Amino acid sequence: MKIDKNTINKIARLSRIKLDDKESEDYINDLNSILDWVEQLNEVNTENVEPLSNISSSILPKREDVSNDSNSIEEILENAPDKLEGFFAVPKVVE
Amino acid sequence: MNNLIKGEKHDWEMVIGLEIHAQVKSNSKLFSSSSTKFGSSPNSQVSLVDAAMPGMLPVINKYCVEQAVKTGVGLNAKINNYSVFDRKNYFYADLPQGYQISQYKYPIVGEGKVTIDFKDGTSKDIRIVRLHLEQDAGKSLHDQNPSKTYVDLNRSGVALMEIVSEPDIRTPDEAGMYISKIRSILMYLDTCDGNMQEGSLRADVNISVRKPGDEYGTRCEIKNLNSIKFIKQAINYEAKRQIEILESGGSIEQNTMLFNTSTGKTRPMRNKEEAHDYRYFPDPDLLPLEISKEEIGKIKSSIPELPDELKNKFIETFKLSNYDASVLTAEKQTSDYFNETINSDPELKNHAKIVVNWITSELFSLLNKNNQDLNNSPVSPEKLGQLIKLISTNEISGKIAKDVLEDMFSSGKTARQIVDEKGLQQVTDQDEIAKVIDEVIAENPKMVEQYLAGKDKLLGFFVGQAMKLTKGKANPKMLNDILKQKLNKKN
Repeated sequence: MKIDKNTINKIARLSRIKLDDKESEDYINDLNSILDWVEQLNEVNTENVEPLSNISSSILPKREDVSNDSNSIEEILENAPDKLEGFFAVPKVVE
Repeated sequence: MNNLIKGEKHDWEMVIGLEIHAQVKSNSKLFSSSSTKFGSSPNSQVSLVDAAMPGMLPVINKYCVEQAVKTGVGLNAKINNYSVFDRKNYFYADLPQGYQISQYKYPIVGEGKVTIDFKDGTSKDIRIVRLHLEQDAGKSLHDQNPSKTYVDLNRSGVALMEIVSEPDIRTPDEAGMYISKIRSILMYLDTCDGNMQEGSLRADVNISVRKPGDEYGTRCEIKNLNSIKFIKQAINYEAKRQIEILESGGSIEQNTMLFNTSTGKTRPMRNKEEAHDYRYFPDPDLLPLEISKEEIGKIKSSIPELPDELKNKFIETFKLSNYDASVLTAEKQTSDYFNETINSDPELKNHAKIVVNWITSELFSLLNKNNQDLNNSPVSPEKLGQLIKLISTNEISGKIAKDVLEDMFSSGKTARQIVDEKGLQQVTDQDEIAKVIDEVIAENPKMVEQYLAGKDKLLGFFVGQAMKLTKGKANPKMLNDILKQKLNKKN
């Protein structure tokens, strides 16, 4: 797989990141060298090997269904650039 | 059955599939301990996990997993021992993580089916593709401020079950029956509260049209419908729209639509130029979810009777009609009420049909009139049972019982108290009834003549007069018999 100009533009748009031409060029090179490096794994024969999802063989920890209301509304809103009447206030989104 | 709709040129068939989002009934959220309570003040039930603060890690709610498995069993579906949580990536102001934790390739529940019953006694299976667990997003309010959108994260992270059907539905009515059936099953299982107004149950509708026998057409998806009425309206409108386009030589563009509840019309969502690319991948914060056969077995054994089983049991045990039994079992609170009433006195089992009628017509209409729900009915099942017992033992007439029920409803007294206080016992004393009839006959000589001359309809007049004198308490059958006897003797 090769990253080209179109792919990098799409990734940037999906990530809401604006790239100028110079940056696009740099990212194309960087990402391609990462992909090339990972490509090396294809040299290993993985036929009949189960995909590994977990190296610690631990199991998914679960919680009991207990609610504790911290009511940390002030903390939650503390970093918000804009807040009004207990809500996060964001630019008008239609739909 | 003809499910086709007439077009200008030929008939068309709708092909419909539903994605139902059902909020899991639980105390806390899917991956955090925040409360799921509805209607609290904004952002008061938001933990650092729900607000997606850096470094926060999700820990799954065991009970939500059990609820999903329970629902899968209720949908006659395959439960998967192994499932995986994935990240579904998209940007929106009410999604602080920038992705929704959902299940993609490996859902917790696989193929199943539910049956819908038609009025004419036939039924149809709707196949289920899958059920998966996912997080709900926060809520955006667009109408509170002229230049801002407000975001409330209370709902962010609440557990949802998405139930996806095959495109087996062919009419708006079938769609309505399907979602009602799912709702009924969820409420019997107690895995979702089924409250569509509060958004605990909502649906996305996929719809296309085709000439009967053709391949499926291109479909459109109508998002986020929260009432059965709107689902039917939206389907009707959208099918008509698609048929008009196709018949005038156009083609359908696959689109995501919004339904405007005040105009009854659908329209495409605006930001369609950006085709969705969710870039699903397994969430590295969560290990795969594994459920053992033993755990599934344990959950299966805890499943209560479901509406279909209960309906068949009612038909068999109480010799009820299919219609009566389906009315009783459509809502869990109704079948619970019926069960409690009929079990409150051994005698009532022989009068099941009367019990059904008193619940589904008399009590329901009183509740409706007073804007109340069966759950908080002022007349308890036991008290209704006592009233019905008075009818079945001929102590009061059915007509008087209606007044007694109304009195019970407003005063909270028992039927026995009211009957005793007001002296409403039926008069079953032959001599007493005969005495009243003699009076009526003596007072209306002309009517008697006319009756004897062949005007049979006047019998009702005499019954009415005699009833009036006994304040409606005379046993109607005895009154009729004695009256006829006496009048005929005059002949």
